[in-house]
Amino acid sequence: MMREYTKEEFLIATMSGLFGDGRFMVSGVNSPIPAAAGLLHEHQQPGFFVSIHGDPNRTPFVDGGVEPFDMAAQGRLDTFVFGGVQVDGQANINLVSIGDPKRPKKRFTGSFGAAGLYYLIPNIVLFFPSHSRRSLVQKVDFRSASPQAPEGAFRQGGPKWLLTDLCLFRFDPATGGFELASVHPGQTVAAIRDATGFDFVVPKDVPTTAEPDAATLARIRGDVRDGLSVAYAQFAKDCIKQPGS
Amino acid sequence: MTRSDTNVTMLAEQIKDGARLALPSENSGVPVAVVRALIARGARDLRLVGGPTGGFAIDLLVGAGCVASVEAAGVSLGPRGLAPRFCAAVEAGEIEMIDSTCPATHAGFIAGEKRLPFMAVRGVFGSDMLKNRSDWFVIDNPFPPHDPVVVVPAILPDVTALHAPMADEAGNVWVGNRRELKTMARAAKQVLVTVEKIHPGNLVKDSAMAPGLLTAPYIDLIALAPRGAAPTALPPDYGPDDAMLDSYASAAKTREGFDGWLADFLGPDGAA
Repeated sequence: MMREYTKEEFLIATMSGLFGDGRFMVSGVNSPIPAAAGLLHEHQQPGFFVSIHGDPNRTPFVDGGVEPFDMAAQGRLDTFVFGGVQVDGQANINLVSIGDPKRPKKRFTGSFGAAGLYYLIPNIVLFFPSHSRRSLVQKVDFRSASPQAPEGAFRQGGPKWLLTDLCLFRFDPATGGFELASVHPGQTVAAIRDATGFDFVVPKDVPTTAEPDAATLARIRGDVRDGLSVAYAQFAKDCIKQPGS
Repeated sequence: MTRSDTNVTMLAEQIKDGARLALPSENSGVPVAVVRALIARGARDLRLVGGPTGGFAIDLLVGAGCVASVEAAGVSLGPRGLAPRFCAAVEAGEIEMIDSTCPATHAGFIAGEKRLPFMAVRGVFGSDMLKNRSDWFVIDNPFPPHDPVVVVPAILPDVTALHAPMADEAGNVWVGNRRELKTMARAAKQVLVTVEKIHPGNLVKDSAMAPGLLTAPYIDLIALAPRGAAPTALPPDYGPDDAMLDSYASAAKTREGFDGWLADFLGPDGAA
């Protein structure tokens, strides 16, 4: 099938649709697709603002590194996108290592703020753009962040969605597991089962993820591409088509 | 007493082998000139604490064999990806990695600044940091609604070392909007600062600048070190040295590449 848009443009449009009616989003280090999705959502949701790491005009923090975490605790940070090395069927994410964490086969960066923010930000999107049994696993090798808390623990947020390059899952806090929300164009439920290391609920009718319409693509290739170029010039050039194309 | 006639080597000599040393996060005043002096001296067994994360400087110290342990919420080269010597050292079991999460490390420094034994932090439940760390606990909030709360101990570094855009003649250091640098400094037993320049006069009297000051009573030594954070960025004075960081990220992927890069970085007078 001949597509009119890049994989990245599709993911930007799809992710943007998950950001809901919150007002404030922070996009972290090395996160061009979440940043672009935030910029797109500003046009779809009046009052929404995305802070972009690496763009001085979009970094409204004046009080050092603590401030975003305090804002999250205060309920003033609505939306965040987390990636990682692995995610499992209980929405535990791993940003630390593969193998025994004391003597790992492969060490990665570390958990950053995930363990705390997992309880504070109402609309958390997990983003794993290389969907495979290596990244979507039965059980993560290290829990950088987990929604599993003792009874009565304070919680004003948590993971809501898991977006991959093949499909979209919705997290159900009642069951603590994922349900398939939609499959991307050209994908099948069977193919997604094959590529996923954990069990998930499949409803009777699984819709196909909506493709971005012409107006959305024009917006991505116009204002979003321009705004994104401050922090992610190379990505904007390589992964988003020219305006008018 | 604060002295501004100290040089970087003398300042680095204050950091003893085995010291628990807190360092700022990338592009927030990383004292690279001091790190270079530590490596040139052959410092050993440093116990690093990232504030709350780390990058180039931690990777360099680990690769040079100066480090016993790293406590951090993350160590990476930012846009250049994983910190290669840090990752290799953890994989080989050469250093102890004490994983944290940003708000927990901030809470530890805040407790340290106040000389409180611990501080509570939201969330963190279910994580392997909470499971693995014998110094983190879940307690019952003594106040209603008596919910379980994670507590972490005060972080009290032997030394906090940082680089800042300027000090004034009275020994006050301007760190700008990086408030965590003040917290990390006040939590430490000893505070060592390098600066780009000495500003004439006393900035405490300047109401626009005063909120960004770490004032003289907190500071043990100041040394002048122009471009002392390079190749990392020092906002608002300079951005990252992209060419140098690119060459590091590429060279440090192998032991041999790192050794060659470090030899160039130290220069002919810097044999470790």
